[in-house]
Amino acid sequence: MAKEYSFYPGCSSQKGGSASNLMASVDTMCEELDIKLNEIPDWNCCSASIGYAGGGELPRLTLSARNIALSEQHNPDQDIVATCAACWLATREAKERLGESEETMQDANTALAEANLKLENNTPTKHMVEVLMEDIGMDAVKAKVKKPLSGLKIAGYVGCQTNRPFGIQGESFENPVYLDNMIEAVGAEPIRDYDKKVSCCGGALAFSEPEKAYELIQGIIESAVDAGADMIVTPCPVCQMNVEVYQDQINARQGTKFDMPVVYYSQLMAVAFGRSAKDAALDGQVIKAKQLEEIAAK
Amino acid sequence: MSDMNTAMSSKYRTSFLKEVEANVEEGEWVKMCMQCGVCAGSCPFGKHWDHPPQELFMMIRAGKREEVLSSESMWMCTSCYNCIARCPRGLPITHIMHGLANYAKRLGKVPENQQTEKFAQIFWDNITKKGRGNELKLGLSLYFMNGLATGIKTAMANQKLGLNMIKTKRMSVAELWGGHSIKDTSGLHKMLQKAQELEDAKIQDLN
Ligand code: SF4
Ligand code: SF4
Repeated sequence: MAKEYSFYPGCSSQKGGSASNLMASVDTMCEELDIKLNEIPDWNCCSASIGYAGGGELPRLTLSARNIALSEQHNPDQDIVATCAACWLATREAKERLGESEETMQDANTALAEANLKLENNTPTKHMVEVLMEDIGMDAVKAKVKKPLSGLKIAGYVGCQTNRPFGIQGESFENPVYLDNMIEAVGAEPIRDYDKKVSCCGGALAFSEPEKAYELIQGIIESAVDAGADMIVTPCPVCQMNVEVYQDQINARQGTKFDMPVVYYSQLMAVAFGRSAKDAALDGQVIKAKQLEEIAAK
Repeated sequence: MSDMNTAMSSKYRTSFLKEVEANVEEGEWVKMCMQCGVCAGSCPFGKHWDHPPQELFMMIRAGKREEVLSSESMWMCTSCYNCIARCPRGLPITHIMHGLANYAKRLGKVPENQQTEKFAQIFWDNITKKGRGNELKLGLSLYFMNGLATGIKTAMANQKLGLNMIKTKRMSVAELWGGHSIKDTSGLHKMLQKAQELEDAKIQDLN
């Protein structure tokens, strides 16, 4: 029987959004692994980490509280699952913060009442990666592989917010290995000692402090190149976008010749599970992942 | 007590640390810092901080109100959570940085033209208007946030990037005419307004 979750896709995963390729490939992956995602009706933006200047603590917590309350109302008894690191973090943080303080919880409910909602706050929020590692398991993933991605060397870039402050159970902050294990499960070779595995891509500050962020991004790509990576894989929409789309600008400024595909774990799985390039949303890459396209076309 | 003594003791009670504890998100943690420097060594934009978190905490305790609140430092936080993962005293440093930034903004102490402050406000306005992010409009306002002249320069520099995103269907021109929205925007606005009122009512004037 399908495992069911209450799904929080997040803004960047919407149609026409910067991570719509994440969403399309997650759909394919979930189809193959018999995971059913029930979208939270009328979910709103979590305000990410960068919302803090415009929104104070309570308004921000209330935004996430609204999502949890809607989930509790419409998808009772289902854990919330998010595919975006920022969405996951904001929702989980709100649950904890509201659970720790009765006063804040009361205030949040006073605000929610204005939208005719009430928060019980007893719904856990999981990252899709936790679903894969803990609820599905890598053995089940391996069993689904029809086209092993053999010969591909992949740098697993975990980044920040899928890793800190919550992380995935049983993993360390400094050297989490789940992404490497996923890469291995689909038949590719992980670069286990990739030294920028958990370093920061600049996050939202790539917009406001581009030069400073490009320096970080350059390091992330350089270290993958040095390790002989064919591509970078990440679970995070912000990491994916930052590391993929500014390569032109970095090349123009620094004289580098980066042409490094940056894909999602769900795209690796979709291809390894034997699905088409389209189902794997490879058409959504700004830097084409040609090797994956070739495997998908076989 | 003489008038002067009363004034001094009330000044003592209303130190900047007390103000931060009362008004800044997670500010009550500041006094737990043991000045080990681990956070200072963990920031990805570390070399661009005038005062790394460790120093900001020391300055708060030393009562350097103006210097702290008008600093660009906390606006350099990328929300990477490295400091939180490593701090031996368990301080929620990331949130204190966000809290300090938000409080500085509330008091009008942010340096002029602080880019992250501008971006963060545009982002907040963007997502709270319809409840969901509108990346194209966000992109456009970003290009123009520094006024038309630089705006045009940035837009040109990023024209190819925008085209790439549209070509791969990761940015939608349709968003200009409407775009994504939740259904209950009126409920959302009322909710946020109430949350803001409740938060404003808790700010203590300690000066
Ligand atoms: S790591 Fe923690 S204890 Fe050490 S200086 Fe930073 S805030 Fe203080
Ligand atoms: S979360 Fe902010 S303060 Fe902490 S290490 Fe990262 S950038 Fe520095």
